[in-house]
Amino acid sequence: MTTKERLAIPRQPMPAQDPNERAHNFNEVNLGYTPELAQKEAMRCIQCKDPICIKGCPVNIKIDKFIKLIAEGNFLGAAKKIKEDNILPAICGRVCPQEDQCEKVCILTKKYTPVAIGNLERFAADYEREHGEIELPEVKPPTGRKVAVIGSGPAGLSCANDLARLGHSVTVFEALHELGGVLMYGIPEFRLPKDIVKAEIEGMKKIGVKFVTNTVVGRSVTIDELMGEEFFDAVFIGVGAGLPWFMGIPGENLIGVYSANEFLTRVNLMQSYTFPENDTPVFDCKGKNVAVFGGGNTAMDAVRTAKRLGAEHAYIVYRRSEAEMPARAEEIHNAKEEGIEFLLLMNPIEFIGNDQQWLTGVKCLRMELGEPDESGRRKPVPVKGSEFVLPVDMAVISIGNGSNPLIKQTTPEIEVSKRDTIVVDINSMATSKENVYAGGDIVTGGATVILAMGAGRTAAKAIHEKLTGQAPNFEEW
Amino acid sequence: MIRVSEHGERIPLTIAGSDPEKGTITLIVQGMGKSTRELNLKEAGESIHDIVGPLGTPSHIENFGTAVSIGGGVGTAIAYPTAVALKEAGNYVITINGARTKELVILEDEMRAVSDEAYITTDDGSYGFHGFVTQKLQELIDSGKAINYVLAIGPIPMMKAVAEVTRPYGIPTVVSLNPVMVDGTGMCGGCRVTVDNEIRFACVDGPEFDAHKVDFKNLSDRNRMYLQEEQQSVEAFSHKCRLGQHQ
Repeated sequence: MTTKERLAIPRQPMPAQDPNERAHNFNEVNLGYTPELAQKEAMRCIQCKDPICIKGCPVNIKIDKFIKLIAEGNFLGAAKKIKEDNILPAICGRVCPQEDQCEKVCILTKKYTPVAIGNLERFAADYEREHGEIELPEVKPPTGRKVAVIGSGPAGLSCANDLARLGHSVTVFEALHELGGVLMYGIPEFRLPKDIVKAEIEGMKKIGVKFVTNTVVGRSVTIDELMGEEFFDAVFIGVGAGLPWFMGIPGENLIGVYSANEFLTRVNLMQSYTFPENDTPVFDCKGKNVAVFGGGNTAMDAVRTAKRLGAEHAYIVYRRSEAEMPARAEEIHNAKEEGIEFLLLMNPIEFIGNDQQWLTGVKCLRMELGEPDESGRRKPVPVKGSEFVLPVDMAVISIGNGSNPLIKQTTPEIEVSKRDTIVVDINSMATSKENVYAGGDIVTGGATVILAMGAGRTAAKAIHEKLTGQAPNFEEW
Repeated sequence: MIRVSEHGERIPLTIAGSDPEKGTITLIVQGMGKSTRELNLKEAGESIHDIVGPLGTPSHIENFGTAVSIGGGVGTAIAYPTAVALKEAGNYVITINGARTKELVILEDEMRAVSDEAYITTDDGSYGFHGFVTQKLQELIDSGKAINYVLAIGPIPMMKAVAEVTRPYGIPTVVSLNPVMVDGTGMCGGCRVTVDNEIRFACVDGPEFDAHKVDFKNLSDRNRMYLQEEQQSVEAFSHKCRLGQHQ
């Protein structure tokens, strides 16, 4: 096939559930490529000599090679190739912001549309899982070294996987009763089916990673105890950004006001959408008006969840315009298709309740965009006299997360920033405490799954070097 | 935090005692909602699906001088270990163990054993002092006893009333709050309470707070959020239990 022929193929769209149907169920929105669609899409890749897409990937998946394997119809080979660098391809293929990473730098992006790298990654991983032929990656002989990983979210899983493959004995400690961290409690089933998370973690158990749930490091056990009494040679902290921010406006404690973490944890982790089959309830959204405050991916997850729970009106209330929203374009598009109403340039100033203290409305101000602020985005300024009350029965605050203070409190020698994030050397992810490393949202503040995985991988490399005196060669895998 | 069964909710329970030698902890639980009833049906040898802890901020214990530990109803299960700790720290310990009626008085002997003075109150007068724990507390204050510290654990109206009794005298008073929790690790903010006009998370900052600064009304309002669902769960569970018995 000539390059010209390849360029003539249009980007293959991702098949998806009909918006009207999916707005009423929790099944996955995207249905995935068929083998035919995948091969056709893979053929669009012109196999650049210097594939810059790889540099756009935080874990440096050998993108050109796995896409070539798909084009050749060797789907299992493609999955294996991806797994050399990324242990969670079925997850990353779904939730990575490829448009800001690999696909952004794809050579086709300028003149055409980029190769759908994320869709292809997802296809290869799903194909492998569905055909039951998951091959275990190669594991090096035991080094006799023990590493504790705190948190079983993306950063912890990625770090644990690399370390286990390098021959270290790895134990992952998770605070909750389920493994996966934000993949389980945060990202909804309709965007990331939980069975997929479980299957990818099962794969890690098979290469010897040990998992311990229900253990809050900083409470059940401290880092010093892990190192001093349990003889772990190194510790990786990947506990995420787990402290929800509130807005500090009056009425925030009325009944019916949730943080996004609470609302999503109830629905995703505790599966309250099946109440009373599962014991944990959630506000009954049926026929109600729900407002979600924020413009990130979590806000989109929350508002689309409320819609699925039967909300009559499900609003996104955001104080800037759509252009400034941090959420992925795909998620905003999906939300709109499902009937989510976007109330932009609007800022809440007070929650209003009835005499029983149930939320009944939120007082908002209209905003307009002024000069750019320190984030480079145009700063919203209130329009005088524009106050009005939006009637809502439930509200979800989704304006970001701070850092959980437990580790800081119990291990004060780990240096933290003014925002309570852990300070690390970005080349090694080493903290100020000897043999303790950190990565993911606890270092960066709220970010993405793949950036957390990249950090976990960087830390694994540094930990391996520190414990063995040898640099690992990921290229070889 | 415990989760009784696979589809269970996560509920916060306070540890009433522990034996590190045997590796055991003691939980004292009154069957109120579905989860606590289900827990109380467990027989020796059966297991609880998930348990994690201890969480939260440990109680602040020191030698205050004269300390009063007040337990209302099943709250006594928590007032008791605190009384033990207060005694060990060298305090003159007074306990007030309140219940609605005689049958609901718990840990009587245990409370008596750690107390320099022990009182029992019942709302209906069926045992001990006839009246509320607050009346007994007021009596003690009126008798001229110098009280340096009060801890109250029980239903919200009781804790609020204790706070009002001690407020005029400026007696440092601590209450243990019981808001609805989900994860119990500070992640969700569902258990937020208003203390001194600030949002605090009971799961990590608490459960104990300065009684004179707690917004009890906000706490009791928020605790009503799932009353209907709790009712629904209990009914479905009772129905299932009855069916079980007839088999």
